[in-house]
Amino acid sequence: MPRYFTEEHEWIDVEGETATIGITDYAQEQLGDIVFVEVPQEGTELAKGAEAAVVESVKAASDVYAPISGTVTEGNSALEDEPELVNSSPEEEGWFFRITVSDKGQLDALMDEGAYKTFCEGLD
Amino acid sequence: MNQMNASGWKPGTPVPADRDVEFPTVTGNKALMLEERLLFELGTRETCGVDLPEPDTDAPNRLGKFARRKAMELPGLSEPETVRHYTRLSRQNYAIDLGLFPLGSCTMKHNPRLNEKVARMPGFADVHPLQPVDTIKGALGVIDELSHWLIELTGMSAVAMSPKAGAHGELCGILCIRAALEARGDARKVVLVPESAHGTNPATAAFAGYEVEDIPAGKDGRVDLEALKARLGPDVAGVMITNPNTCGLFERDMKAISDAVHEAGGLVYCDGANFNAIMGRVRPGDLGVDAMHINLHKTFSTPHGGGGPGSGPVVLSEALAPFAPLPFVVKDAQSGELQLVEEENVGDAFPVSFGRMTAFHGQMGMFTRALTYILSHGADGLRQASGDAVLNANYLLRSLDDVLDAPFGEAGHCMHEALFSDDGFAEGMSTLDVAKGLIDEGFHPMTMYFPLVVHGAMLVEPTETESKAVLDQFVTAMRSLAQRAKDGDETLKSAPHHAPRARLDEAQAARKPVLVWQEAEEAEEA
Amino acid sequence: MRYLPLTDPDRGAMLEKIGAASVDALFADVPASHYLDGPVKGLPLHASEMAVEKHMRQLSKQNLAAADAAFFCGAGAYRHHVPATVDHIIQRGEFLTAYTPYQPEIAQGTLQMLFEFQTQVARLYGCAVANASMYDGSTACWEAIVMAARLTKRNRILIGGGVHPHYVSVAQTMARFTPGHVDYELPVLASDAGEDALIARMDEDTSCVVVQYPDIMGRIPDLQRIADAAHEKGALVIAVNTEPVALGALEAPGNLGADIVVGEGQSIGVGLQFGGPYLGLFAITNPKHVRQMPGRLCGETRDADGKRGFVLTLSTREQHIRREKATSNICTNSGLCALAFSVHMTLLGEKGLTALAAENHRLACLAADRLEKVPGAKVLNDTFFNEFTLVLDTETRPLVRDLAARGVLAGVSLGRLFPDGDGRENGLLVTITETNTEDDIETLAKALEGALGEGEAA
Repeated sequence: MPRYFTEEHEWIDVEGETATIGITDYAQEQLGDIVFVEVPQEGTELAKGAEAAVVESVKAASDVYAPISGTVTEGNSALEDEPELVNSSPEEEGWFFRITVSDKGQLDALMDEGAYKTFCEGLD
Repeated sequence: MNQMNASGWKPGTPVPADRDVEFPTVTGNKALMLEERLLFELGTRETCGVDLPEPDTDAPNRLGKFARRKAMELPGLSEPETVRHYTRLSRQNYAIDLGLFPLGSCTMKHNPRLNEKVARMPGFADVHPLQPVDTIKGALGVIDELSHWLIELTGMSAVAMSPKAGAHGELCGILCIRAALEARGDARKVVLVPESAHGTNPATAAFAGYEVEDIPAGKDGRVDLEALKARLGPDVAGVMITNPNTCGLFERDMKAISDAVHEAGGLVYCDGANFNAIMGRVRPGDLGVDAMHINLHKTFSTPHGGGGPGSGPVVLSEALAPFAPLPFVVKDAQSGELQLVEEENVGDAFPVSFGRMTAFHGQMGMFTRALTYILSHGADGLRQASGDAVLNANYLLRSLDDVLDAPFGEAGHCMHEALFSDDGFAEGMSTLDVAKGLIDEGFHPMTMYFPLVVHGAMLVEPTETESKAVLDQFVTAMRSLAQRAKDGDETLKSAPHHAPRARLDEAQAARKPVLVWQEAEEAEEA
Repeated sequence: MRYLPLTDPDRGAMLEKIGAASVDALFADVPASHYLDGPVKGLPLHASEMAVEKHMRQLSKQNLAAADAAFFCGAGAYRHHVPATVDHIIQRGEFLTAYTPYQPEIAQGTLQMLFEFQTQVARLYGCAVANASMYDGSTACWEAIVMAARLTKRNRILIGGGVHPHYVSVAQTMARFTPGHVDYELPVLASDAGEDALIARMDEDTSCVVVQYPDIMGRIPDLQRIADAAHEKGALVIAVNTEPVALGALEAPGNLGADIVVGEGQSIGVGLQFGGPYLGLFAITNPKHVRQMPGRLCGETRDADGKRGFVLTLSTREQHIRREKATSNICTNSGLCALAFSVHMTLLGEKGLTALAAENHRLACLAADRLEKVPGAKVLNDTFFNEFTLVLDTETRPLVRDLAARGVLAGVSLGRLFPDGDGRENGLLVTITETNTEDDIETLAKALEGALGEGEAA
């Protein structure tokens, strides 16, 4: 299962026609204690680059953009009661939402794990 | 010896305590540091601290079908209990009356008590906003006199007095700009805001329906004039600039910026939060500003009151003056008679006023205080005040810039606030730790993490009402804290150690918000 | 200058440390062509405390203080007795001269007070959550409208005729610059509060219905009926209350179907002050909407040692973090007015507030019965709390002015609030509180009889 990354610090797991999206360990580390996450509702149509979710720490609020176009199939309802999952398990239990992959070509522009790692090192 | 010590009282020499040992008390109180329970844990529905006639429940009423049936569950306290409750609470607050409050961008100066006395004169405090005009000539007089001072000090044409606070004043200024542009049939879409701006600026522009675009700062901490010029065009309604800016620097190019914006058909909003630095020294009107709010609760000493009330009159250029919101006071040129302009008489004389921003006349209680402050200082005293404010800030800058990184220290003198960064702190030590360390040293922390353009920013604004002795003590504390931060002193991470509370868990507060008190049982069920 | 501690030797030593020749030299970044070389011309110089006090006293004496008149004004600003304790507490420097409590370890006094205030307001309004206050009732009302638009994603704002016209004007001003569209019709001079007409104007585009309770003519609208009708259309109900003392006698708006309850808190603890500073109250019945709420919020938490404490929370809704995406542009609240409200409310408690409301209503009923007997006057209202509309057979604006000259502030002319006539110019809004005596009521009745009689004689 390939995992892709964006410069906005999102990760994307693609399994068949569905992608699961969350924010990276690096991102949660930068944000600090996550206190609130708003995920998109099932059925929401998202164009690539559209605002898809909101993640808030005590002192910062960030928008999460859709890295690819598609229709939301599920939001992670566990985050409603336990936003801290994004801190404890950002790249597994703390996923944000699932989306149909409407254009596989959009994935080509994203980074793989190695490229993302290099990208983050360049930021510090 | 016939008289022994019958009472047995032998004060003796005090024995020093072992400093590392805690001395717990059963009450949780520590002598003068008294814990205070919540009102809802102290009071009852049957307790009352005022004397009122016992209601006649059988009396006929004209309340219709909505006479109250449900209990409110509002506890009361007797007067002595009330006084004690709030007095105990008050002692858990830091305040200007207790010591230096060097919050950058907030101008926490001494609040003169004459202002309080004047605001409580019955002719000001006990007057209704809708009394007939003949019975409120003194109130109109205060508004007129304060307006005159604000106009003269800023070199502008008019002032809208009603905005309730700084952000409300900003909104008023931006709405005036939008109304003026619409009146000339030239709707524009974009407002340019430097990245160092106060967070209120973009929020205000967005609220007024504008798209907000950032303008980068140059290396010297000032607006990049060329970048600004490059972005100007027929879609730009105006710019919002803070001057002196949030890095504590005067925007040298202000006049050139204004000229360029005007050339491109836009208008200039100046955030006046930092007016204390330049009052009586330079007039924003002379620099081409079209609108600027003035925080009476910063520059003109009306008390902050633990977060308001504020007051944010907006001075306006000739281009914007006709668009000021209702109500306002005008003076008849011939008779000198003051008139109150409201909906009923706004008519033909002021056709383009855009209506009200608030009920009634604005923060009258702040106008009386600000005017009292201004008259006490006079034109000479205000100029002296800005001079001393800038002198105090530069003294702190130069007393600390060898131990703390001052990002723009090389750029020359600062205005009324000195900016430092966390550059040079040991790994894991932060601006927050220094701030909390200051609490233990008996000072209120400076503004932290603002402006955003500097990492770990510490913005220090001493104001003119601090003595050199206080500043010297603050310098001693800051030098010690800077050293501890550089040395990686772990005890700083758990500061404050001597405040009524240790660091509070803000993440828990935001994850599971508890915003009203609930009985313990209820809370558990919920 | 008595407020400036630096001495000339201090200044000299400090300039030396800085390496500047003079204070003027510190302003080197100000272009010389615009730097003033001395105090602004034409303005007076500094003055002693005695001289300033004298000047301000003279100005204050040009106003007629309510205590020096027979006083019956209301319409959104009410004169109640404020216990001496309230002013004592708010003048304690630890409250008066503190900043917004951003450093919670040394601001627990303000924070605990705000938490108590929020709870008091929520209970008074019959709501789940209240914020830490806003500028005043009129701006709180607009903020509620914006919140309703965010929640419903609709833009039609339906405002009842009974809403204070200044509040309506604020909404119209703001809506002019935002996507909102205000639908407002002037009130009719009738004994009922116009529920039928308002319900008829509701539709599927309506974001919110704004209803004042009691309304600007003192009438008590059927809030429950309006709320039921609005909810059927998917609209939210914003109840506006300008007289919180009324809620000691009336059912709380939150218990009658309102979704957002806003109002002016001035009546309790704050005093008239010619219209400001006042105290905006804001509460909601559905706690799930709290992240869409404007204004500061204080919440409970624990400190590192496990002790209960309070902090400002959910601050990411606010402008200093969300910048152009903030829920509102409000920054300052009305902290000290919230303290005054809270202290007064603590002194009253449920028992006191109920008794205070009963006394207001008792006197208002007496006044209505007495004024009804004035030839040429009739009471419009079937229902009221402590203010009602008296309809005279003449314009009330000049009459109010004439009576003021005789030391009677008879009330607020509806002609001033609604300058467009249509019968409203004959309306006089008369307000009675516990500060009025039965003698005051007789004075007003006699003054009206005299004035209306003169009119007939002429």
